[in-house]
Parts: sequence; structure tokens; C-alpha cells
Amino acid sequence: MATDKIHVKTTINGRPEEFLTDPYVSLLDALREIVGLTGSKEGCLDGNCGACTVNVNGRIVDSCLVLAAEVDGQKVETVEGMASADGLHPLQQAFLEEAALQCGICTPGFLVASKGLLDNEPNPSEGRIRHWLAGNLCRCTGYENIIKAVKKAAENS
Amino acid sequence: MVNVSDSKNYKVIGTNPIRHDGYDKVTGRAVYGADIKLPGLIWASIVRSPHAHAVLKSVDTSAAEKVDGVFAVMTGKDLPHLADSWIDHGEGTENVAWSSENIMATKKVLYKGHAVAAVAAKDRYVADYAASKIKVEYEELESVTNVEDATKEGAPILLEDLVGDHIGKKVEKTNIASVTRHEFGDPDKAFQDAEHVVERTFTLQMVHQGYIEPHNATATWDEEGRVKVWTSTQGAFPVRTSTAAILDMDVSKVKVTPLEIGGGFGGKIPIYLEPVCATLSKKSGRPVKAVMERSNVFQASGPAPGGTITVKMGTDKNGKLIAADTSIKLEAGGFPGAAVGAAVQCIFAPYEIANTRIDGYDIVVNKPKSAAYRAPGSPQAAFATETVVNELADLHGMDPVDFRLLNASKEGTRRADGVVFPVIGNEEVLDAAKASDHWKSELGTPMKGRIRGRGVASGYWFNVGLKSTVNLTVNTDGVVALVEGSTDIGGTRTSISMQAAEILGIPATDFRPTVGDTETAGYADVTGGSRTTYATGFAAVKAAENLIEVLKERCSIIWSLDKQDIDFENGTFFATKDPELKFTFKQLAANLDSTGGPAASSGSVDLESAGGAFGTHIVDLDVDPDTGKTDIVRYTAVQDVGTVIYPAYCRGNIQGGVVQGIGWGLNEEYFMKDDGSQANTSYLDYRMPTALDMPNIDVIMVEKPNPGHPFGVRGVGEVPICPPIAAIGDALHDALGKRFYDAPMKPGRILNVLGKISD
Amino acid sequence: MQPFAYSAPTTLEEAVEILDKHGEKARPLAGGTDLLVQIRGGRFDLDTVVDIKKIPELNEISNGNDELVLGAAVPCHKLYDDPSISKSYPGLIDAATLIGSIQIQSRSGFGGNLCNSTPSADGIAPLIVHSAVANIQGKSGSRSVPVEDFCTGPGSNVLGKGEMLVSITMPNKGDKFGAAYERFIPRNEMDIAVAAVGASIMLDSNGKIAEAKIALASVGPTPIFATKASESLKGKEPNEAAFKEAASIAKSECSPIEDMRGTADQRKHLVEVLTERMLIKSLERIGG
Repeated sequence: MATDKIHVKTTINGRPEEFLTDPYVSLLDALREIVGLTGSKEGCLDGNCGACTVNVNGRIVDSCLVLAAEVDGQKVETVEGMASADGLHPLQQAFLEEAALQCGICTPGFLVASKGLLDNEPNPSEGRIRHWLAGNLCRCTGYENIIKAVKKAAENS
Repeated sequence: MVNVSDSKNYKVIGTNPIRHDGYDKVTGRAVYGADIKLPGLIWASIVRSPHAHAVLKSVDTSAAEKVDGVFAVMTGKDLPHLADSWIDHGEGTENVAWSSENIMATKKVLYKGHAVAAVAAKDRYVADYAASKIKVEYEELESVTNVEDATKEGAPILLEDLVGDHIGKKVEKTNIASVTRHEFGDPDKAFQDAEHVVERTFTLQMVHQGYIEPHNATATWDEEGRVKVWTSTQGAFPVRTSTAAILDMDVSKVKVTPLEIGGGFGGKIPIYLEPVCATLSKKSGRPVKAVMERSNVFQASGPAPGGTITVKMGTDKNGKLIAADTSIKLEAGGFPGAAVGAAVQCIFAPYEIANTRIDGYDIVVNKPKSAAYRAPGSPQAAFATETVVNELADLHGMDPVDFRLLNASKEGTRRADGVVFPVIGNEEVLDAAKASDHWKSELGTPMKGRIRGRGVASGYWFNVGLKSTVNLTVNTDGVVALVEGSTDIGGTRTSISMQAAEILGIPATDFRPTVGDTETAGYADVTGGSRTTYATGFAAVKAAENLIEVLKERCSIIWSLDKQDIDFENGTFFATKDPELKFTFKQLAANLDSTGGPAASSGSVDLESAGGAFGTHIVDLDVDPDTGKTDIVRYTAVQDVGTVIYPAYCRGNIQGGVVQGIGWGLNEEYFMKDDGSQANTSYLDYRMPTALDMPNIDVIMVEKPNPGHPFGVRGVGEVPICPPIAAIGDALHDALGKRFYDAPMKPGRILNVLGKISD
Repeated sequence: MQPFAYSAPTTLEEAVEILDKHGEKARPLAGGTDLLVQIRGGRFDLDTVVDIKKIPELNEISNGNDELVLGAAVPCHKLYDDPSISKSYPGLIDAATLIGSIQIQSRSGFGGNLCNSTPSADGIAPLIVHSAVANIQGKSGSRSVPVEDFCTGPGSNVLGKGEMLVSITMPNKGDKFGAAYERFIPRNEMDIAVAAVGASIMLDSNGKIAEAKIALASVGPTPIFATKASESLKGKEPNEAAFKEAASIAKSECSPIEDMRGTADQRKHLVEVLTERMLIKSLERIGG
């Protein structure tokens, strides 16, 4: 298992971060195990559940399918960057108010994905929200409350 | 005790406070099982069988031990592997010898993915790499992966030492672990007298709970001989029981800290990784963590059994059901214990039938050992019974809801396995379904090229009680710390706190609920069986009532009065003979330090029965007769939920169960290959519903309070998964004119039933 | 997982040099949405992953009057984010919007889809019906291969040692051209095609079919250019009878297997159904 580590300089949630990583380590594992941000979750490791969704340079991606080495020089945003000193992001608030989570394991992925939508399309239709979030699986809620929460956040922001 | 008839005056019950764990869960701060960090932590990787059935000849770990960064290696021989001994989890019993063999095989592998060895290394990547260096020698055997093949003459025997109990007869060399029979009246004669008899055979495939969080465990084994476990589980105490049993130690040597859990639905009651991590910790001196890969969650955790169910039902000339007979054959997986007992209890439960016979078969096959999945056994049973009921309603020319009302079980009805129903809401649910907008509405226009159909079906789950404990401590600011042992899988910290809050007359937000570990919380059985809001909530009510007594004593000290002259109402303590003397809860809390310090109380229960619950679902779907593609376009779930404690989550729980049931009915299945392995071991091909596949799910909550609970709570979480499969089949029949007897009703099957394709 | 090194060359020459040196032990990384899953699944034994996204020409989209040139590393979303592309290349957009999820579309693209060369690839049939050509760079020079000739079997293609895909070029066929792609999946997103069909129609000045192309996916060892079905439409009025006949021929041009996603018979049936539907849709899109 001898490979040289790679020095990655990146921006995570607006803060410059530097870390050393083995070249085969995923962005998800680097965030969780090296940087210490465990909000992004592992669900499937093959891009089918969206629990590890993060935003890289303005686009949502499954961080399990990105190598940590690839984000050198990029801007990464995770669920930990959504709330601010002023309080929760409107999406986070709406998820709480609409009971849009039960076990909560998929919630970080849904929040980051939903933010990726609302950042570019402030007033998406229900159909658009459902299409956008098709890459995020939730097994507890049946999705209705999640869709309602995204709509509510769109109205409130 | 609070009277059920007070319901209109509740201040907390029936409201929707923000859940207590919500902020941590929307910010990524909540610590789930895989998130735990411990000093010196290393990672485990498990070596698994590539064969569905084989003799384990040898395991050579030497190459793995030489990999840089490896700390320890183990095989099944490192576990004690005791003789048969049974432990009781309240919901289900467990044979420790089989559990141990399931966690790591020493003799045979019984399904693809069966664990045979493990490695602990400095990180997960090194552990996986080292695991790939372990050489395992197998002698392959013929495999059987369904109940028909497993029970054929000459079928390969999975467990040589299994002695089957076939209605009291001991049978050796069998894959049928047990056969049970429940018989009442004279069903054979009643069928002879019947106006209509319908008999059908149904098949269902193994399905998975599909929780998004993979199984995980972290463990230490210290020099004192104590094992500490951190894990995502539906029950910390049952994990303690199982881990201690498998490691052959006293329960108090094991401490289990439950971390946040990312879904379970029954599948996170059994353990898989805990004894492995503990053993690797003993060998390495380090804390060891393991996280299952998704493909192994499918192949090596505890899915729900498929099987074959035959149902025969007969009616008299008025459409009254007079006889029912069934044989339920469910696949247990590699070790006995399919949910056949529960299926037996549920299969005819919505109906009053004088003459019944129910045979249940628990059959081992070369698939992962099945576990509970939301109303275990009942969705399979409901698919069979409800389809036959819909056919009988058709034969009588009756509206299917009216047919169900005519035959509905009610208080005093003998359930077909012998239990007599207490107060139940079956008829009220059917009345509500009949009165619903959905049932009364026109079908509407289907999407282009589609045919629309409507279906209906009912379902039942008995709900369990069992043991729970809640401890309360009053802080001097009037906030109450609540510690309970029921892991919170979707809002129960709040639904439990709300019940104590109602008793104490304070807001739910004045509670700080914590799910404790096995050394801080009082004993609690699993979060399962729809018992948590019911039983742990009941314990919270008791704890709150006990707290009131403690606080009355404090008032008596402050006011120098006898305790019996002090009363409590609407959140206020007062002297019955002096209206000037009163304390709000908060005021009294502020005076605790001068009256003996902290005020604390405890409440515990061991409840037998929860009073079952019923649901009736209505579904509209659009099917494309050229491709077999089906989309659910409207769905209404009507359910008796007892008294609603936390409406947003009660409704959400029902919606989630419905969507799992829809997935089961339409696409989800273990697709087995000829070599006995599962082909579709990723979410990609397992095909759970996405947000784009589901309509909004309308929920009608019928409140028929459970007289066995102070607020009238019934269980909620399991009933909603029972009706959807049959309801979808009924809607497809409405659209296409063909009945479906095999699930899932996937596009290829629909085209085949329509005669458009051959196989 | 076998450990591997990561390199991120900034020029084509450098990339080709590394690929040539490592041979089977190196794979280019574009979106990674297939590659990283395959590596985890043990499909390749690699010592190097070559991130090609830092090579400028591989990220270019050039939408000229006559042709569209897609760099091999361009992700799907860049196509549907650009309205000028959807007008002339509608079949491409159909595929770009249904490959994986929004997350996957941020990374995956037609270049990777083509080089991954799975029979079920959603990107390849649309490229065939848009008459696309794959532009390949090797150590000893460059060459171009029509997309329908690119794949040679499940997961294999014409790329030789040290060769890499640089771009994909397809002609703008003007206002009298329409194309469409659809896959059949049991859900509404996030599935691999049970069967899929791409079609395109170009009309002549009399409203007859000047050229038609039909391509099939998930019904053979590679994506299939259904030449007989395509040829059958030439010179015909674009009507139901002609489309049904072409659909029936397309059905005979596929050779599906049975697996967890569907049976052979189901897939053949779906080819017929989808071919007719895609021809109708292609026709509807002309001048639309």
C-alpha cells in the first residue's frame, strides 16, 4: 500500500483547508476522516443514494465518487457550512418545521442538494424539486414532507 | 391515571413541537454510528463467502498479517461458539449458537456474503486490501434459495444438526425448522357449504428494509475484561444481551452506547459486527470500527423473507366469510426464524371468520438470515388474503369496502389464531375509507397512453408492549431531563417527552430527552413492534406521575402541610385548603435546593399487549399496457392510530411505510442468480422509490383510543406497509382486468400477464 | 481496493505518455462516476488514475454552425445548461438529462460514457443517431472513428494502448432534423436501461425521409446501430405504417440477454415499442 501522499489545498465552507491524503481516498472519506466533518454520510459508495452530497464549485456531486485529490484548488461546501452565526439556513429551518426528517441520515445530503437547486432556481415547481432530488434516497419519510420543506424554504428565502 | 376521555383538553398531546434532536440532525452535528471517533481508532474489514452454500475447509490469514498497517486478524474460531442456548429479546428469541455462526462461520457458509474472517488495520483502505489477501478454501455445495426448492425430496440440507418441529413431531435432516397449525371450527365442512370459494397461491421475493445508513459498530475490549460498544441499533440493551452471549460473558461486562441511527425498520435489531470489532480490539489493544458496504448490507444483513402463501376463503350467499384456510411458507434464510409466527397472527385478522386453519412453515434457504421488517410477515400475508378478499367481493358484486365492513373483525372477535380482540378500530377505519374523498371521487383521466385503475386493501399489525424505563430529573430552572433507553429512530424522544409534559403541565420544549447507554438508562426493549411511543411513553407517564408525588412532598416541606392536603392540576401545585399557597412547576423547581436538592423519579412498564391497529389503503395508478410501466398517481392511507401524540411524525411514519410497501409491490426484490447469489446488490438495481416516483400520500388518521394506555396510544409504524402490495394488485386488476399473484408486479411481469411477452 | 497513484496532466501529450507507459494499469479519470465504482468493485488492477480534467481541450464545447465538438471530459450538465445545443442536438439533451442523478450529471459526460463502453450506456445511442465521430489521440498520432464502430464488446472498445478519447464531433443537420432518446426503466430516474432507443429523422424538401437513424442500447453486447431499420425509412413518408415497420425491423436487429433488469423477450418487445415512440418524437421535434 505504498503510494505518496498528495497535498491538497482547498476551500471548505469558505475557509481555506490543507490536508495530506492518499491518492485513492475519496472526498467523502477525506472530509469525514481527515478534515473531521462527519455531516456528509456514507450510504452506498456508488452514487445511488446521495447521502454524501456536497457542493463543489457550485455543482452538487456525490462525494463518494470524487477523489480527494481532485478538489485541490476547488471550493467545497458541506452541510456544516449551511447554518451561520445568524442561525439556520431557511432550508434547515423548513426541514425542522415540516418534519422532513425521521432518522435524519439522508438529511445532510437532501439539504445540500436542495440548496444547490435553490441557489440557481429560487422558485422551482414541485415536479422540478422531485426531479432534482431523485438522486437522494430517503427511506423514512416517503418524500412528501421533504418536498414541502423545500417549497417552504423557497418561499421564505 | 389520566382518563382517555380528557382528550379534548390536551395541551401538549396533538401538537407539533420541533423535535429535540432536530437541530443536530439538520446541521450535520448529530453523531451516527459511523461518525464516532476514539483515540487510536483502527478499522476492520470482513472477509465474506463468495459461495451461497459451501463447507468451510480452511482460512489462511498469513498473507494479510504481513500487510503494513495491519493490527489483528481473526476467524470464526476466535469466537467462543457455544452450544445451543436461547435468549429472549422480547420481540423474538435468538439461538446464540446460530447467531454466533451467522456472525462468523466456522463450519459452513450458508449464503453469499457470510462472514468467515476479519482484519483490523490502520485505515479502512488498508483493512480492505489486507482482507483481500486472506485465502479461504471452500468445498462448494448445491444451494437452494426458495421455499419450494428447499423442501423438495433430496434437497441439500443446510443445517445438519437442525431438528424440525413439525406440529409436535421431531424431524431430522430437514430444511423445515418448524410447522405450526392453528385450527378453529370445521373449515373443510364450511367450504363444502360455501356459495363461493376462491383459492390462490402467491409468491413473494425477499426484500430489504433499505435503511440508508449501513450497519456499523465500534468496540473496545479493555484489560479489565470489559467490552464497550458504540453502534447504530434499535436497542442498546438487546445488543448488550446478544454481544455478551456471543462473547460468553455476563451482560454487565458489556456496555453499549447507542449512537444516532439512520433507519432500521426491524433490520437493526440483530447484530453483525459488534463481537467481531470487540474480538479484534482484544487482539490489537485498539478501538476497532467496522462499517458494512452497501452490497453486504443487502447480502449479509437481515432482509424480510419471501415465500409462497396459499389462501383459500369461502363465503355464504350473503357474502359473509365462513371459512378460511392458509399455508404460509416463509424463507428464514440460512438459520431458522422467519417471521412466520407474526404472519400467522395477522393473516386473517381484519375478518371475523368462524372456521379457520392456518399452517405456518419456517424454512431455511441459502440466503441471509431474515430479520424483522416493519410488521414482519404481515405484508406478505396481506398480499394473499386481501387479493382473495377482493376477488370474493367481485364474485358477490359487492363494493370491496362494503364487503370488508360486512366481515370486519371487531371487539370480541376471535382472531384466527385464537386471541380475542379488545377494542379495535377496524370498522371505523373502513367507514373512514368509504367516506374519504378519494373513494368517492371519479378516477380521472390517465396520462397519455396509460390506463388508470383503483385498488383497495386492508392490513393489520398487533403491536407489542414489552419493557421500558424512563427517568426524570428536574433542573432548578424547571426544565426536566428525561433519560430513556429506547433508541430514537424518528422522533420518539419528542413523542415520549410530550406525554410526560402533558402530565406535568409544562411545554414539551421544557424537556431535555436523552437516549442513554446501557449503564445510564433503565432497561428498554427494542425500538420495534410499534412499541416506543406506546410503551416508553407509558413509562414516561408513570415517571411523571411519580415525579408529581415527589414534588408534592417538597411543597409539603415548604408549606409545612401534610402531603395529602396538596394537589396538582394544570401544571400548578396548590394547597387544597389554602388558595394562597400555590407553585407553578417552574416556581417549585426554583425552590428545590432548599427542600432536599434534586427531584428525580422513575417509571417503568412491562406491557403485554398494545391493542392492534388496522389500515385500509386506496390507490390509483396509471399503467402503460405497452411497457408495463406503472406510476402511482394518488394514494390514501386510512389508519387507526389510537390517540395521536405527535401528528406530524405519526403522519410521516405512515407515509414512509406506504412508500416502502409501494416499492415492495412494484419493483423491489432480491433477484437471485442460478449460483444462489443475489444479482442486484446495489441501490441502482434494487430500485427503491425515489422522490420522482411517488405522489403525495394522503393520510387519514382515525383515533380510536387504546384503553390500555393512559392517553390511548396504539402503535403506528407497522400497519402502513401491510396493505400496499395487495392494493396495487387490485388497482392493476381494475386497469387491466387481470389479477396478480406474484410480487413484485414489475413491468416485465405485467407484460407477461397481459400475454405480450413469453416469460 | 488496490492502492493507486493519481496524476493530473495538463497537456494531451503528457496524458498520452502516462497512459502509454502504464498500459492496462492506468485509466483516465473524467467524471469518475463509473470508474471509482469499478475500482471499488475490483474490476481493474490499476497503479495510476489519470485525471484528464486539467487538459484544456478536453473541457471545451464548441458549438459552431456546422458541428458540435464536445471535449471528452465535458460533463452532462454543460450541455443542458446551454440552450443553443438543445435546439440542434435534442437526442443528446435527452440523454444528458437522464444519465444518473443531478449529482452524477455534474461529473459524468458523453466521453466517459463512450469509453466505458457498456451495452446499456445512455450516451452512445444518441451519439450514433446524431452521426457522431470519436476523435482519438495516441502516441503516434490521431484518428477518428464513427461512434457506432467505437465499442467492440461489453466494456471494450477500439482504444489501443496509450490511446485516449479527446473529443466527439457531430454535424449540425439543420432545421429538417429531429432526434430523440428514451430508455425504459421501471422507476422514473436512477436506473439502468432495460432497453433504450435513440432515433433521428431528417426530411427532404418534399417532406419525405432523407435519412433516418435508429440506435439501440441494453439489447446486445454493445450499443447497436440498427442499420436495416434505419435504411427501411429512407425515401418514405414519415407515417405510422413506416414507423411500425421500422420498429419491427429494429426488434429483429437486437440480441438481448436475460438478467436482473429484464428478460430477452421483454427487451425485444420494448425495442419495438420505443422505436416507434422515438420516431414519432423525432418527427415532432422537426421545426419545433
